[in-house]
Amino acid sequence: MLQNDYSEKSFSRRAFFIGGLQLFGLTILGARLAWLQVAQGGRYKTLSDKNRINIRMLAPSRGDIVDRFGVPLAVNTQNYRVSVIPEQVDDIKEVLHELQKIIYVSDSDIKKLLKDFSRSAKFMPLNIKDDLTWEEVAKIEVNLPDLPGLFIDMGDVRTYPYKSATAHVVGYVRAVSQKDLTGDPLLKLSGFKIGKTGIEKEYDLDLRGKAGALEVEVNVVGREVRELKRKDAISGNRITLTIDGELQRFTQEILSRYKSASAVIMDVHTGAVYAMASHPSFDPNMFVRGLSKEEWQTMMDDPALPQTNKAIAGQYPPASTFKMITALAALKAGIINKRTKVFCSGYYEYGGDKFHCWKKQGHGSVDLFDALAQSCDTYFYKISTEVGIDAIADMARHFGLGSKLGFDIAGEKAGLITDKKWKLKRFGKKWYGGETIISSIGQGGMKATPLQLAVMTARMVNGGKAVEPWITGYSGDRFLGGRQWDDMGISPADLKLVMRGMEMAVNDKKGTAYKSRIEEPNWKMGGKTGTAQVQRITKEHRRLGVKNADLPWKQRHHALFVGYAPLNNPRYVCSVVVEHGVGGSSAAAPLGKELLKQAQMRDPAITKMQPELIKGADILQSWPPRKPVTNPIITDIITEGE
Amino acid sequence: MVSPIFVKDDLSILQKIASLNYWLILLIFFVSMVGIASLYSAAGGNMDPWASKQLMRFGVGVIGMIIIAIIDIKWWYRLTWPIYFLGLSMLLFVEIKGHVGMGAQRWIDLGFMQLQPSELMKIAVIMALARHFHGASLEQARRISFLIIPAIVIITPVLLVLMQPDLGTSLMIIMAGAAMIFMAGAPIWLFVAAVALVGVSVPIAWQFLHDYQKQRVITFLNPESDPLGSGYHIIQSKIAIGSGGIEGKGFLQGTQSHLNFLPEKQTDFIFTLWVEEWGLLGGLGLLTGFLLIFISALSTALTCKHNFGRYLALGVSVNFSLYVFINISMVMGLIPVVGAPLPLVSYGGTSMLAALIGFGLMMSCGIYRHSKVTR
Repeated sequence: MLQNDYSEKSFSRRAFFIGGLQLFGLTILGARLAWLQVAQGGRYKTLSDKNRINIRMLAPSRGDIVDRFGVPLAVNTQNYRVSVIPEQVDDIKEVLHELQKIIYVSDSDIKKLLKDFSRSAKFMPLNIKDDLTWEEVAKIEVNLPDLPGLFIDMGDVRTYPYKSATAHVVGYVRAVSQKDLTGDPLLKLSGFKIGKTGIEKEYDLDLRGKAGALEVEVNVVGREVRELKRKDAISGNRITLTIDGELQRFTQEILSRYKSASAVIMDVHTGAVYAMASHPSFDPNMFVRGLSKEEWQTMMDDPALPQTNKAIAGQYPPASTFKMITALAALKAGIINKRTKVFCSGYYEYGGDKFHCWKKQGHGSVDLFDALAQSCDTYFYKISTEVGIDAIADMARHFGLGSKLGFDIAGEKAGLITDKKWKLKRFGKKWYGGETIISSIGQGGMKATPLQLAVMTARMVNGGKAVEPWITGYSGDRFLGGRQWDDMGISPADLKLVMRGMEMAVNDKKGTAYKSRIEEPNWKMGGKTGTAQVQRITKEHRRLGVKNADLPWKQRHHALFVGYAPLNNPRYVCSVVVEHGVGGSSAAAPLGKELLKQAQMRDPAITKMQPELIKGADILQSWPPRKPVTNPIITDIITEGE
Repeated sequence: MVSPIFVKDDLSILQKIASLNYWLILLIFFVSMVGIASLYSAAGGNMDPWASKQLMRFGVGVIGMIIIAIIDIKWWYRLTWPIYFLGLSMLLFVEIKGHVGMGAQRWIDLGFMQLQPSELMKIAVIMALARHFHGASLEQARRISFLIIPAIVIITPVLLVLMQPDLGTSLMIIMAGAAMIFMAGAPIWLFVAAVALVGVSVPIAWQFLHDYQKQRVITFLNPESDPLGSGYHIIQSKIAIGSGGIEGKGFLQGTQSHLNFLPEKQTDFIFTLWVEEWGLLGGLGLLTGFLLIFISALSTALTCKHNFGRYLALGVSVNFSLYVFINISMVMGLIPVVGAPLPLVSYGGTSMLAALIGFGLMMSCGIYRHSKVTR
């Protein structure tokens, strides 16, 4: 019992000691609280009033678009811009008015800004003007005290170094419009731009990147006190195109000799498009900066449609370039062989009608090679009546005509291949034999785009593989390009015969494109000219011998050319269409020659060996890609097809 | 079956309920209501998402507490070891689950709440130590060899909690355990030696700390060194508290908390929110509430006639006060930022539950203070 008392006393002592510690602890806490709230209260009160958090979205930097060598086609360059933070402005109209006194800001920009001003979040900066000159920056900086809420910072502006040369392919970015809003908060960021056409549009999401966020503490007047948190934006993917920038520039340049023309150069094996141009073009940089009303109107009024990418959206009668298809259909059906001859007297009679050959006096006796080389219409009139339209149309479809090719850039047209079924469906009428005859030389209802013509030619010279065109090589490190193409099951012997005819069309003295032959032995090309009637040649004109070139521009023939090179081991094909260019041999073939020659000269293998040969090679060397090229487009068929 | 060794037994249920410590229950209500009002304010004047849930947990917890209180203390005495090992196996379970599955986890998902075994383990350790010292004479308690079992009882859960890793909780188990050993009558020099040992071992322990734990200590010593990280929280918390002044900004008027300057305003920084809105008066009122709870516990311990009850009641009180000191010191910038809730006030199921279980046991000690508990 005594022991127990002793133990109890000991416990009491120690329990009180613990209780004392607890009281001591609470006293310290109370004292600290009083210190903070009473002694320091005033100071903390001020601090608390100054405390505000702003969250700013950090726009990601848009991915570059580069050509096959890594040369930039679309990049971001830094510029100065002036912006305003709405919550720091009492009277926005007053401030903008003051700003207009100092620098030029268009009234329409002011209007748009006032609209945005009333809608957007109060702490999000609104972009007033991009691309300020040094002078403007200086003027604003000096007057900043009178312009509350305004500030100057650096921003990205999209720049297209190749200007009009890549306008149709690369496209351009513009400010987000109401219908573009998808819920991505980035789109509501002032000054944010998205792709509106071309690759910029098709790969907008790849290029766009992911927004970052910046949490800043600001004081009552909105000045940043400190950065609290930063989540960096993730830049968009770099898009690597199959285009060769310099070849593209060259193509655009030579097309501009005419009022309206388009051309495609592509690889016969891989389907990679090396150049695709449409003239007239426009400077996409103007769209980024914003077009004035007059500039816009001029562009809309141009009959040559500068905004349209005619290489994929222009549909023309393939005319004589279609003759290879008719020949292949006849060869397949066994109606002709290489020895079959047809006598051309200058016209062909069928069902009481006269179908004229382009050569009034006739070609005399011609075989397949002569017929292709000299583009004798009569030969094809004759054989088409035996093959029939359906076999010809079937062959045409094999070669990519009459339907969309699934190209990477939107706006592609399907063209048209006419046959019995189509006519019945479209007009509810029977097909006439005469229609087969005009269809055999790619007239009548037949239509094809320059891209389709290039693909058609590629499929003829690559051993009958169903190659498809593509222009986007990589998004970041992701390969988006072609694959191993299937064999179409066309007899290689037949293709050889047709290629021989195309070889002669350029290299035989009587060939329609003989004047445009390439003389360098290793770079020789084959091809086929075409002259497409825009309207029927009237009997009156025929009788009077009116020259097509003398007619008003809109009534002149289209000039076409398809070609390939080099002869012995084809690698490049090109197609050229000069709208209302009068004659395939006079207008289109010379362009085709220059394009195929240039393409071969710029072949990467040759570029390495003889840089002095090539125009623009110096640019390649003096203007290295901004980032190392990690994924040049695969050009070799052996390694292609991931 | 009634054991003959109990002198006073067989109270009727009504008598038991009548002899509950209503003074303590009132204090618990007061402190908990401070929490619920603050949670209501934290949600911008909404019961959801925190206040309503907390109120529900409190209701359930209080009923649980009363049930625990009216259960005879001898049952708690007998159940001590099973409870202790249940706690250990739950700790082991989260440890294994963490290794097998989704990385470090400190809780078991019960569906309606996430149970942190380490919180309950603290009470189990206190119970185990109280039982161990219950029958000991003072001579025994002074013998170092008698402290081997308490050491094992403390160290085992501490190691498991350290592996989670949760330095704060493991330190609190050690401190609560040390307090138990102290009140059982262990020699004073032992504690002096322990303090000295800690002083020597801190530099060594530093090597084993996780980077984020080191960062917390560094940040504490110099908050400005990391204005973006936890130092920022301390600064913001101090601004919030200080700007409250004597009378506070008024209920629902706390700008700092509502502008999201405060991290976890509903859990660890709830005290900040309370004193920003209710000022020094509200803060001192809450501290007084805590003080009265400590006094109530002390009086229960002193009037209890058996050692188990004494040690248990005071141990629960020490555990509770450790939370209070650590949490409030932290938000006022007196100690480094450690993740410790303010019991009964902070949003969170386990800490509420652990506190109410502790008070339940304490009240049981009060009701059955005359019971004779067998050795």
